[in-house]
Amino acid sequence: MQPLLRVENLVKHYAAGRPASLKDKLTALDGVSLSIPSGETLALVGESGSGKSTLALCIACLEPPTSGSIWFEGIDAAALGENQQCLLRPQIQLVFQDPASSLNPRWTALDIVSEPFLVQGRFTKPDRAVRALQLLDRVAIPRKMAARRADELSGGQKQRLAIARALALEPKLLILDEALSALDCSVQAQISNLLLDLQSSLGLTYLFITHDFAMAAHMADQIAVMYQGRIVESGPSEKILSSPNHEATRSLMAATPRFIETPGVLVHF
Amino acid sequence: MPLLEVKNLHVSYSARSGEVCPALAGVNFDLGPGEILGVLGESGSGKSTLAAALLRLLPSNGKIQKGLVLFEGKNLLEVSPQDLRRIRGGRIGLIFQEPSSSLHPTLQIGQQVSDVLAAHEYLARRALNEKTSQLLASVFPVDAERISQSYPHELSGGQRQRVLIAQAIACGPSLLVADEPTASLDPTTQKEILQLFGTLRQKLGLAVIFITHNPALLASLADRILVLYAGRVAEIGPAAKVLSSPQHPYTAALLRCLPTDFAEGQSARKTRLHVIAGEPPDLSLHERGCQFEPRCTERMEVCQCDEPAVNAVGELHEVSCFKFAG
Amino acid sequence: MRYFIRRALHAVFLLFGVSLLTFLFSALTPGNYFDEMRLNPQISPETVAALRAQYQLDRPLPVRYAHWLNAVAHGQLGFSFAYNNPVAPLLWARARNTLLLTITATLLAWLVALPLGVWSAASFGRAPDRVLSRTTATLLVVPDLVLALGLLILAVRTGWFPTGGLVSDGFDELSVSHKLRDIALHMTLPVVSLVLATLPMLVRHVRASVADVLDAPFLRAAAGHGIPQRKLLYRYALRAAANPLISLFGFSVGTLLSGSLLVEVVMSWPGLGPLLLESILARDLYVVIGGVLLSMLFLVGGNLFADILLYLADPRIRTAASAE
Repeated sequence: MQPLLRVENLVKHYAAGRPASLKDKLTALDGVSLSIPSGETLALVGESGSGKSTLALCIACLEPPTSGSIWFEGIDAAALGENQQCLLRPQIQLVFQDPASSLNPRWTALDIVSEPFLVQGRFTKPDRAVRALQLLDRVAIPRKMAARRADELSGGQKQRLAIARALALEPKLLILDEALSALDCSVQAQISNLLLDLQSSLGLTYLFITHDFAMAAHMADQIAVMYQGRIVESGPSEKILSSPNHEATRSLMAATPRFIETPGVLVHF
Repeated sequence: MPLLEVKNLHVSYSARSGEVCPALAGVNFDLGPGEILGVLGESGSGKSTLAAALLRLLPSNGKIQKGLVLFEGKNLLEVSPQDLRRIRGGRIGLIFQEPSSSLHPTLQIGQQVSDVLAAHEYLARRALNEKTSQLLASVFPVDAERISQSYPHELSGGQRQRVLIAQAIACGPSLLVADEPTASLDPTTQKEILQLFGTLRQKLGLAVIFITHNPALLASLADRILVLYAGRVAEIGPAAKVLSSPQHPYTAALLRCLPTDFAEGQSARKTRLHVIAGEPPDLSLHERGCQFEPRCTERMEVCQCDEPAVNAVGELHEVSCFKFAG
Repeated sequence: MRYFIRRALHAVFLLFGVSLLTFLFSALTPGNYFDEMRLNPQISPETVAALRAQYQLDRPLPVRYAHWLNAVAHGQLGFSFAYNNPVAPLLWARARNTLLLTITATLLAWLVALPLGVWSAASFGRAPDRVLSRTTATLLVVPDLVLALGLLILAVRTGWFPTGGLVSDGFDELSVSHKLRDIALHMTLPVVSLVLATLPMLVRHVRASVADVLDAPFLRAAAGHGIPQRKLLYRYALRAAANPLISLFGFSVGTLLSGSLLVEVVMSWPGLGPLLLESILARDLYVVIGGVLLSMLFLVGGNLFADILLYLADPRIRTAASAE
């Protein structure tokens, strides 16, 4: 069975400063390869500057890679023309870290969720409203909040809204770029439960980008560790967590704040 | 003799419509010299209000209704503006959230640190510059000179946070109030900053109020933990006790929400986490009774009618819950 | 550096465009100086025709423009029919007088507007701010013409100030200090008039920019460090609010030659304004073009000046510019 997403040797350079010499370019991705089977979750863990967000943008076809290939359901997305890419994009959706800046604060919840339908020109007006409400139900936003403006919602509700919007076009792959990082602990628990429920009911595949090893351990089937534009270690979660090999993995694990609920015992850094 | 005593602090905000929304409703706690108090609270708990209220730095629509904030024997809520200015930065250092917007965008870092020193100490220019360099060197072991000439937008999040810490400790305060100092930082940077706090406590004998929503951060740093919910103190006690055997239903529920530690193996992987049902209360509705009651799994009838009093449940460990009422 | 070269080239391009447009508009308007002369029975038609030929008014437009452009490159701005003089020295003498007025007025207006605006913003919503806002609103509504005329009436009624002109009769016999005093007295009313006309807008802009910044997190953080109020307002708030104000200052510099026309005419101040007015009415083509060009030079220069100031004042712009 082919994986839903397979990335091979992805390279991304940005021109930095004056493009006078080749040395001046910034290498965000330096030959990244990974694959995610359908219905599973891959956690991409790394510090800021490791290239995680660039990888997300490339996979979502929002940034063209400098070289390499991105196979989505067997099609090389990077090689497609603009028009065909547009057809592919609805299948890969992004949810960002900061819902306050990825949602228009003046729009109502219903408008935000209906926007993808408008952009893609699907469905009639009454149909859009019905589907939008269904989406809100799916992410457990009470219907009475549908007419509220986005800036009147709590952080957790905003993130649910962002997820609902991402689900509007029935994607197969959801890229969650630090989607839980800005939330309170209890809200993180709610949203992660929501994500797990959605995965089992809709058969979604997740690329879960985070710098929180604890959440990665909880959510993912596989973990890939990124460092300076490369994947330095990857494999099934159990293996990575029990015997990390690479220096970067070990230092990230060591930096994750933890405590264990054994009465009277606290694990320090 | 406690360094800081907060008694019955009530703070409210008025919305444009005229509604008054209480943000803090009777907060009490003490802090001893050199002690680290972790304030654990989620959004809407009033934790940032607490940080701002201590030094009367609330935004224009905020008002301290009543209460006492005794610092080194003086009531901060009643000191003159001149004395307050001297205490701010001089005796109490404050680190607000959002390092990216807490620094002036067009002034050099060195200048911004010097300004803090100049505000409290009468130094000649050369002495001022020297002291600034020393200060920056203490938080930036390498590169302090270059950082001094830089502008905030040229620094990373972790570097900016260090600058804020340098500004806060510049004049040798006895208390540091830090509001989510590691919120937007990488794990490695976060760890470094936490270690910096520990070092500062050791070397300078600083007391710290460390405000965060992440309980795990406090595990290694705090001596005592105060749990804030809906503007009220739910529980306060020794850190080890509060984290390992929380007494207040909210604290217990909050700690249960965390994913199990990954060293314990992955039997819990991809299972549902515990959640706290419902949402934080809308304080502008002025509901009667315990604010946590709608979401509490152990609620009783009395919880709907009255606010619980404070009960002692152990040594220096207090909880506001009817479970422990006499 | 490329930043400036681009901006400078842009400015030159703009000037070219303006000169062409001005030339075209004035050349294409109906009537010219010689039509007036034709109505004068004392001048024979042959003389008129000869003058027309001398001034090349019967050559095609592009040729005239080319000649004129060549002259400009050599520092000559053409010839004035009415004054029978080269345009450049004529313009320059008048422009000096205008600049004397406007530079004084602009500096004064800004020096007063900054503290007033800052004070207004600092006491936002309270009594001082409300009083100031109402005053500036009233002044904004009063037309410049009314202000100037009002001051003139004041001069006439009280006799404290001269009622027009640059200098009194018998100026040349005065000693140096008396000469200066004379000019200063003559300048007072026009300057006051200009200041009153521009001050309200400046104060409102300063107030708005500073008020915006007063809510910023870094200001609360600075207050939390105990930085005294004065420093907070000027070193921190005003500096952070500087960007839109610097652009506005560039605009002030840009209108140094053009902003005082009305006041000069009313107060009989021998500046560029009255000259331009006369020349337009008399169809004195080259004076008009020269005057407009000079004004445009200042306007474009003012904008360039603002760009340079912004670059120097805001490190974020320096970083963005070097990344281009």
